[in-house]
Amino acid sequence: MKAYYFGTCVIDACFPQAGLAGIELLQRGDVQVIFPQEQSCCGQPAYNSGFPDEARKVARHQIKTFAKDYPIVVPSGSCAGVLKHQYPRLFAGQPEEEEVRRFSSRIYELSEFLIKVLNVRLEDRGEPIKVTWHSSCNALREMAIIPYAKALLRQLERVELVELQNERECCGFGGTFSVKQPAISAAMVSDKVDDIVQTGAARVLSTDCGCLLNISGALGYRDLKIPTQHLAEFILERTHGQN
Amino acid sequence: MAKTEDVAIFERNVAKALGDGQLRRNLRSAMATMSQRRRTLFADTEAFEQLRTLGQSIRRRALSQLPELLEQLEQRCTANGIQVHWAETAAEANAIVLDILRRHGATRVIKGKSMVSEEMHLNHFLEEQGIEALETDLGEYIIQLDGETPSHIIVPAIHKNKDQIAHLFHERIPDAPYTEVVEELNAIARGELREKFRTGDVGVSGVNFAVAETGTLCLVENEGNGRMCTTAPPVHIALMGLEKVVEKLQDVPPLLRLLTGSATGQPITTYFNMITSPRRSGELDGPHEVHLVILDNGRSGIYADPERRTTLQCIRCGACLNHCPIYTRLGGHAYGHVYPGPIGSILTPQLKGLDEAGVMATASTFCGACEEVCPVKIPFTEILRMLRNEAYARDESEHEVQGHGYRYTTVEALSWKSWALYNTSPALARIGAQMLSKFGQHLPMIGPLKEWTRVRTPPPFAPKTLHELAQQRGLDDDR
Amino acid sequence: MTANARENILSRLRAIPTHGRYTVPEAPVIAGLALSREERIDRLRRMLEVMHAEVQVVAAREWLGELKTLLRTRALNGLLYAPATPLGAVLEAAWEEGLPPLVPYVEPVEQCRESLFTIDAGITSTRGAIAETGALILWPSVAEPRLMSLTPGLHIAVLEAEAIFNTFAEAIDRQGWLEQGMPTNVLLISGPSKTADIELTLTFGVHGPKELVVFILQ
Repeated sequence: MKAYYFGTCVIDACFPQAGLAGIELLQRGDVQVIFPQEQSCCGQPAYNSGFPDEARKVARHQIKTFAKDYPIVVPSGSCAGVLKHQYPRLFAGQPEEEEVRRFSSRIYELSEFLIKVLNVRLEDRGEPIKVTWHSSCNALREMAIIPYAKALLRQLERVELVELQNERECCGFGGTFSVKQPAISAAMVSDKVDDIVQTGAARVLSTDCGCLLNISGALGYRDLKIPTQHLAEFILERTHGQN
Repeated sequence: MAKTEDVAIFERNVAKALGDGQLRRNLRSAMATMSQRRRTLFADTEAFEQLRTLGQSIRRRALSQLPELLEQLEQRCTANGIQVHWAETAAEANAIVLDILRRHGATRVIKGKSMVSEEMHLNHFLEEQGIEALETDLGEYIIQLDGETPSHIIVPAIHKNKDQIAHLFHERIPDAPYTEVVEELNAIARGELREKFRTGDVGVSGVNFAVAETGTLCLVENEGNGRMCTTAPPVHIALMGLEKVVEKLQDVPPLLRLLTGSATGQPITTYFNMITSPRRSGELDGPHEVHLVILDNGRSGIYADPERRTTLQCIRCGACLNHCPIYTRLGGHAYGHVYPGPIGSILTPQLKGLDEAGVMATASTFCGACEEVCPVKIPFTEILRMLRNEAYARDESEHEVQGHGYRYTTVEALSWKSWALYNTSPALARIGAQMLSKFGQHLPMIGPLKEWTRVRTPPPFAPKTLHELAQQRGLDDDR
Repeated sequence: MTANARENILSRLRAIPTHGRYTVPEAPVIAGLALSREERIDRLRRMLEVMHAEVQVVAAREWLGELKTLLRTRALNGLLYAPATPLGAVLEAAWEEGLPPLVPYVEPVEQCRESLFTIDAGITSTRGAIAETGALILWPSVAEPRLMSLTPGLHIAVLEAEAIFNTFAEAIDRQGWLEQGMPTNVLLISGPSKTADIELTLTFGVHGPKELVVFILQ
């Protein structure tokens, strides 16, 4: 089976290992992963900042780049949400509306694909560990894929999940929000960090590297040594037997 | 880049709110409690989903025939003896109220809670005319004593704790003892207001739902002050935004359930007050005159656009405030306008124009918590995004929001154009990404990066991008 | 100044060529509660009690005795009642020494405002009740005015168990509210007056009655 991989720009620049981990998990499931080198950003920053024309330009580029009829796997709930649910809105009334709909119907978030399509079974080879979980808002609401992500985590027998008190609350990233409303964003991520600390977890996991960029930055700024990690990277680590 | 005025004001307000530790503690626990109560009441998520689809349907059906329903409401109310007035602006609505008061020689007005009256700044207006307008809802009474405005549309004094209220009562109410016991504070307010209810000349209230087919005005409340204001004085003036009309009497039960459940997690309020006429022949009490003031104040402009119109579905339950990660940290006053939180952020820029309140649309991470709890399924994120577009839409504005294009600057437009170019030119993107990998750690901390690093370490740009790693691994490039 | 407001507003609303572009989602049909008579009584009682009402489910011939017992334990300056109602007639016939005086509400409020605002208790009939949410339906009338259930500190309400409906919608429908026309005022009452405006602390007895006692007559 062939599948496209949409790496996302945050992963591309800051967390390429998480991106690779997702690719490896797909390959283990006998997927032939196609990574178009021409891919770039889904367009979300412009789309959410009041520049729909620029967002459309970038979106068209992705649609052209991922042209064949393969599923498109995205290791981010947020970018997947834009590609799957927002593109049809962005192109409503435009000549390519139908084409866009077909493109959007091929989008899968990574953990959703691993469970729904590949039906993966994971074998935990790691030492016991306590982790906590951050749900990105788009993964939680727009994509509703958190059940898949947690189903994967539950397959890891020696991983204890301690949930946040306010798991459903935003971390304050919001893309350009974090720099357009920096004070509010700072207050939000600070509360998120407090919540993480009170769990006593040794690691913070998520499906979204945008949130992790925000959270790890705030943890680091406060000199807190709690690593953050993309779920794919964590799974790969646990199932390889390395620790 | 020079900041527009609304942005600068909001920044100051935000800094003040976030610096107020007491405020944040007061809000945090209160909002968590309200959310918890709501969650308990609507624990059956499937049933709730059905109910809110019904609520959405009722509100949309009403809006789809708004002019007809308003005419029907007017006709039925008039037939019932209620005098109906129309106001295009807040100033007109104030003038209508004043005219009624003058005709009755009224000097003391007792008020039930009404956000429309806040929108009109009615109290302030009446005071200037030498008329006492006394808020009688406990929360409203508290903030009026302190010269404040509501910080929440359902629990207006939620930003204050009991110690602050204890001091306020002791200082401002003659002979009030100092007490921090909530029951005793309530008793003080009850004592003060009882006399006012007995002697008030005119009662003013809002309207939660106005039923077109019967000409009935519905009011939701717990304290009994709303019943006092609408029953005890000889004249009652009800104020409503023109979107509050519903078609049928049978539309009321589901909306009522959604309203009280979403607002405070109650299956029903203590009182649901349905008023269909003034005192009829032979009746011993109730006002001799009931007036209904139907206010536009920008709503018909919102109505004009089918996407924006969803804003008018709102039944003012306040659930979006209680669940908003931004409202719960700032409180209502920081927004700087009458309607705060997510509903305020979509409503106010449309009522007052983007140039005055457009910044409110930026006060969202698009987390979607408001949409998730909204009892009538208002698509908050879509409207917020549309308002952001409009803020930059200089020439061609799809939705014609007043003040569109007010944030447009050549610099920002150019930077997004470059961004688009960068993301559609693989060669350019490759060079850019490699530059970031090499020099990302040494970027000057200015602009966005400066804001980012105030509370965070800089982004950890990786030595090699995923593009490069994928190529190294020989992944199929599909060419 | 406002002479044209109506026309201006309505013509703006009418001028909009978007009919059909504003979709009305299909309304789901939601099955209401369908409780037995006993379950309705039980649910109503529970819901009202949660809201701090005192509920007594009594046999029709015993309720007056219970009322008298209740009133004897209190030092009340009077019981406001509606003499021209069936309930009023029953009370007059049964009244006796040692009970607070029965005070009839027979004059317009303008003539008895003082006493309405100082009397300790009022008793009213009800037109029905709603089991689902817990609420009494009051239908004030010429004979039984509106303030009776509002100004006294203690409100006593008398309800026939037969008149308890599953839901609000069912009450509107089965009692034919639309067909017979809405009265001046209809009230749903689910407990004594309350507020949570100070730190969300729920306290009872603000501006309306501090206590609500409901007799459900079997």
